[in-house]
Amino acid sequence: MADTKLVKVYLYTRFERLWHWFQALMIIILMITGFEVHGLYSLMGFEAAVEVHNFVGLFWLGSFAFFAFWLVITGEWKQYIPTTKKLFAVARYYAWGIFHGQDHPVQKSPGAKHNPLQRLAYLGISAMLLPVQMATGLLYYLYNSLGDVSLAPIAVIHTLAAYLLVNFLIIHVYMTTTGHSLFSHIKGMITGWEEIYDTTKIEDWETKATKKA
Amino acid sequence: MGIHLKQKVRGGPTKTVQAKTAFARTNDSYRPASPGSWWTAALAAVLVFGILAVSGPAAASVAAAAQEEALGLKLAKQAVRADKHWTTVDHSKLDVLNQNFTSGDQITQACLSCHTDAAMQFEETIHWTWEVPSEKPGIMNGKAGHAVNNFCISGNAMEDKSCLSCHAGWDGTDGLVNCLACHGEEKFPFKETFADLAAFEGDDDPDILQIVEELQSGIRTAVKNVTLPGRNNCGECHFKGGGGDGVKHGDLDTSMTNPNRMLDVHMAVDGPDFSCTRCHTTVKHHIAGRLYTRPAAAERKSLIEDDMASKITCESCHSATPHKASTKMNDHTDKVSCQSCHIPEFARVNPTMMWWDWTTAGKMKDGKPYEEKGEFGKPVYKSIKGDFIWAKNVTPEYFWYNGSFDNIGIKDEIDPQQVVEVSHPLGSPDDPDARIHPFKIHRGKQPYDKINKQLVAPLLSGAKGFWTTFDMDEAITIGNQTLDVPYSGEFDYVETTYAFPITHMVAPAENALACTACHIRENSRLAGITGVYMPGRDRFDLLDTFGMFAVLGALAGVMLHGLGRFFTRNGREE
Repeated sequence: MADTKLVKVYLYTRFERLWHWFQALMIIILMITGFEVHGLYSLMGFEAAVEVHNFVGLFWLGSFAFFAFWLVITGEWKQYIPTTKKLFAVARYYAWGIFHGQDHPVQKSPGAKHNPLQRLAYLGISAMLLPVQMATGLLYYLYNSLGDVSLAPIAVIHTLAAYLLVNFLIIHVYMTTTGHSLFSHIKGMITGWEEIYDTTKIEDWETKATKKA
Repeated sequence: MGIHLKQKVRGGPTKTVQAKTAFARTNDSYRPASPGSWWTAALAAVLVFGILAVSGPAAASVAAAAQEEALGLKLAKQAVRADKHWTTVDHSKLDVLNQNFTSGDQITQACLSCHTDAAMQFEETIHWTWEVPSEKPGIMNGKAGHAVNNFCISGNAMEDKSCLSCHAGWDGTDGLVNCLACHGEEKFPFKETFADLAAFEGDDDPDILQIVEELQSGIRTAVKNVTLPGRNNCGECHFKGGGGDGVKHGDLDTSMTNPNRMLDVHMAVDGPDFSCTRCHTTVKHHIAGRLYTRPAAAERKSLIEDDMASKITCESCHSATPHKASTKMNDHTDKVSCQSCHIPEFARVNPTMMWWDWTTAGKMKDGKPYEEKGEFGKPVYKSIKGDFIWAKNVTPEYFWYNGSFDNIGIKDEIDPQQVVEVSHPLGSPDDPDARIHPFKIHRGKQPYDKINKQLVAPLLSGAKGFWTTFDMDEAITIGNQTLDVPYSGEFDYVETTYAFPITHMVAPAENALACTACHIRENSRLAGITGVYMPGRDRFDLLDTFGMFAVLGALAGVMLHGLGRFFTRNGREE
């Protein structure tokens, strides 16, 4: 760390932050109500849990369409293009380097908000897990008008994806503490301004896909 | 190419640096000048969204409840709007009813002088014949047929005269139909009165003549007081089937003669005050609602679809989507009968019999038959019948049910190693006509033929019946003869069940079952129901185990990682 001076960089736009926290809230509500419907505990009552779950689920589905539209229009989807470059370096950092005072191999920048590990994880979440969860949720909701369909496989996939989302949520929340201070990442997602090291080099390959001609 | 990116350097003045990317769309015109003021706005927006998301359904349902009446209620109200029955005949003015009657048959002749085809119609119904052809060749269902139950077991082809007190004739199966059994508003002791009249016949003592005139006047009054059948008429037999109040059905007993709204919303005297025939609609004296091997209604139709349809199903008046629009309950009606949720318990006022054990019948005290009373003031032992168990507020048992029953008759082979289901609902999850439906299951032990492996039909009443002789072997011998079924001479007792569909005693909506009566892991009312995945009740253990590992594994992982960072101080030497 030759130069440890911190700079603030505006990383997340208003819409992105709003969407992030809105989606977080919805996922948490869906999680709490969903696992009550699954019968793991009794909190607000089965009937209320079902109603809230259905409402929020449908609301999420609708608003996700807007988000997907925004991703396409703004080109922000390119932030999720996976790469193997430095992927293992990042993995190695979290497994080893972080305990040994090493720098993160990839710093955030407006053109590359996600490190290669994040890209992979978020792509998996946004393109696989969430759509699967929304699709099975919609099937679950519409099950009665689907005709001769068994609810069990729909429920199984929906529950499995729910467990995976909880798993993601735990790791995701923990990872926010791995910034240069415990809350710097969270602060970044609230204010939009993230502190990064001034000397960070953003290499060409990172922004190649998103670079405008 | 580069773009100017405003950055704040901690501890230093704001400066502009060259960002290395062309991607940043940052633009002073829309980007916040100061980061601090906007994140509070963003948070507030998230909060507003959150509150909307959570309170939305509640607010929506409150709003809906304020404006909208459930479809089922609206339709049912329309169906019963013109409930006032009217007639152009005043029976008290008819000369033919103002005569001096000396026998029941004379009364019936008087009725038939106007209602020419009434007896002819009635004599074709199961109410008269007590028989109905079954699906099996040579087998008749019905009390007078080959059917048995686990109460008084058999009607012994009408030979068991004690059963005939409920037969709608003046003298058992002999003579004419007693129209007044169902159409007489007054419960009048015709049989005793006619016997008295016969005894006074020819006596010209003025006092006796005075008495005779009073008896005749009483008969005339009762005869002229004709009506459509009321709950008391039907209840005279159907509330007391099996030999006493509430023995058989569980949802039919004398508490239903004048029920309040809490007991039955339809028949409630403080409500719509339905008679039985309001739903058990009748064509040529054939009364809708009989259940044996065929369902009470072949089709589920509402009156909107077919205004001549029988009103025997809930759907007739309430439709198949009776609840408020887009509530989850409406999604249940293809698999769950209305009764399952709307009759949370049966026998809510009077107790009903749940167990009848014939093995203990015949015990004597001082050489005489005796009776013991227990809880509810009901008999728990009778020498003539055995042991009983009664219960109140009974939770039904639930089965798939397509409207038909499978019956074990006296000619059917049984497996005495098993509990014999003398009557059991038919239906499966794959059957589109089947619903999950509540039942009273009456259990008991009754005699069977050990060699022929058949249930037997002991004769109970009469000089040679078990209730006089207390000899079961002889009672079976004579009883089976009445049905022309051979008896090997060796009997034992077998445990049996008999199912009654629960359909009366519909509770007010606010007392209907909550979701978690069934959608719950432990003690679900539908624990025994297969063929459907029920959220809250069902899970796949492997999946939940995996899920727990995924969640606890992630928690353990991040805790270990965090501890590692804490103890290594992120590898930095301060």
